[in-house]
Amino acid sequence: MTFSSPTATESTWQEIVYRIANNIRLRVLEHTLKNNGGYMSQACSAAELFAALYTKIMKIGPSEAPMVPPPFLGVPASDNPHYQTGRGYNGPIAANLDRFIFSPAHYALVLYTVLIEVGRMSPEGLAQFNQDGSSVEMIGAEHSPGCELTNGSLAQAISQAVGIALARRIKGDSGRVFVMMSDGEFQEGQTWEALESMVHYKLDNMIVYVDVNGQCCDGKMCDVLNIEPLKPRMEAFGARVFVVDAHDADALAAPAEVEPDGRPVIVLCYSDPTRGLPLLNTRAPKLHYLRFVSEDERETYRNEYEKMLVELKGS
Amino acid sequence: MEILSKIHARNLVEWAKDRPEVLVLSADLTSSTEADLFQKAYPERFFSFGLAEQNMMSAAGGLAREGFLPFIHTFAVFIYRRAYDQLVDSVAYPNLPVRMVGFLPGITTPGGITHQAIEDVALMRAVPNMTILEVGDATEIESVLDVTLDISGPIYLRMLRGEVPRLFAKNEPLKFNQARVLSQGTDITLFSSGICTEEAMRAMAILKQRGVSIQHMHISTLKPFSDPAVLEASAQARMGVITMENHTIVGGLGSAVAEIMADNGIGKKLKRIGLKDTFAHGASRAYLMREYELDALALVQAVEEMVGHELDITETDLQTVRLEAVHSIAKAEAL
Repeated sequence: MTFSSPTATESTWQEIVYRIANNIRLRVLEHTLKNNGGYMSQACSAAELFAALYTKIMKIGPSEAPMVPPPFLGVPASDNPHYQTGRGYNGPIAANLDRFIFSPAHYALVLYTVLIEVGRMSPEGLAQFNQDGSSVEMIGAEHSPGCELTNGSLAQAISQAVGIALARRIKGDSGRVFVMMSDGEFQEGQTWEALESMVHYKLDNMIVYVDVNGQCCDGKMCDVLNIEPLKPRMEAFGARVFVVDAHDADALAAPAEVEPDGRPVIVLCYSDPTRGLPLLNTRAPKLHYLRFVSEDERETYRNEYEKMLVELKGS
Repeated sequence: MEILSKIHARNLVEWAKDRPEVLVLSADLTSSTEADLFQKAYPERFFSFGLAEQNMMSAAGGLAREGFLPFIHTFAVFIYRRAYDQLVDSVAYPNLPVRMVGFLPGITTPGGITHQAIEDVALMRAVPNMTILEVGDATEIESVLDVTLDISGPIYLRMLRGEVPRLFAKNEPLKFNQARVLSQGTDITLFSSGICTEEAMRAMAILKQRGVSIQHMHISTLKPFSDPAVLEASAQARMGVITMENHTIVGGLGSAVAEIMADNGIGKKLKRIGLKDTFAHGASRAYLMREYELDALALVQAVEEMVGHELDITETDLQTVRLEAVHSIAKAEAL
């Protein structure tokens, strides 16, 4: 279904971002209700970020992929000519266009949803989520819509993006490499290795957006393994760091407009993992995956969903 | 016997001259992995990644996706032990043409447990899409890069550095997935790889003199492992098959031979010479080859066991195939 369509009164790009963000939350909640499980807090924290990346921040062309994703076409191998990645949903590869590298594979549900909301994938695509034989996998891999790298072992995507950014520099491309990450990935040593090389090679064609929702699988990151303060740590590595409110469209877009100065850009998007769905707070500190413990709980969320739907339609 | 030094270093420069897509990635071991001449010749195609192999491995995947041919140069252990997750997800799964050039295979270094790649072939054989090549002499170092051109996926290359003998004629290059027949015989079939081939060759003349007929084949492609000549030679061995590798006997050449023999119902005895499911330690190559029984004498003992009697061969009988330059300036064992 379509939740809320562009209206005649919607005149600014910010309004579009907020509408799409709300739709993302609603669609992920709908999916979670239907499947008795879903990555809900990731949708709450990163909805505006994904919406802003796809509609305002990144310079990407129209999708080259089918609206309904093809079934899984087999693993990459020298004898598999059918293999393809899900990159086509992010438009063509061209010297002047940006590339979108999606890192935290556990946000796949949110990524698929934004693809629907921006018209790059049909809602039918989400019906294939986690279905046997589908490429719309629960923890996405490079064949999943919107993905072009295998990223489920966290922190590998940023390093692969380093390779892509180096290659683009050798080729003289003007387009940049955008990487979307989660803050949990900064517990991994590889992320810091990647930062060292980005700074060493002055990869100012890289811009990394981090959803800092303070959450990982076991609970709050500050209790599991604290990684703060992120900004001074990254600055000490030599990165150009911006701290923004992850739910503020203007704040999200501004760092992508700065003149390159030789330093890779990192945008720390501090977010609320229950944004738009405060009911989630009852499950704190464990927000990584929402699975209803009882039919009663599911009903509570269903009521919340109905309320959100009415609000969205009424707005 | 001709002994050459820094073969890979010079060969790589020449080979990459008209191949602008060839890049070299190094993890702070540039001269130790003979990538220094490439760095000097093509600084714009050389990328230093420091002691950060995981990032280097994934970045190599990114470069390969964009159409480049990254040649990772570091010690073999740091490729597969340090960055195994990355080599699987960022390189092997997407079947990208990253070339992992691993130095100091097995006990060729006095660096001990942390520097000796003794189970690399076992781990790499288990990775889908992977091709594994291992060189045994100067001719193979000179020709192995040409072999990589026809392979579209990732390659793990067990490389030798420093002073290396020329065992095979210069005009007989390494051929992909084709065993090299070094002697023909009917009693026993011997498959050897890497530096063990030189050791085996030291024992061949005296074994023949003692009346044992050996089919000796040198293996340089460890995966795929489907050369029909290997199967045929295993089947025709009257007494049995011996394998000899600079690696643990678990998962390497010996296991590959065991698999094809079992798969094809070849009910012959198999003796595997190699590290007997043990780690080694820091010492000279010659010392370790004796201590862990990877040398020519170890082969003689294996043959004796297979023929069922002693052959009266001592160390002094073993022909010195390799003549080390006495006043060498190259430190073959240096870190």
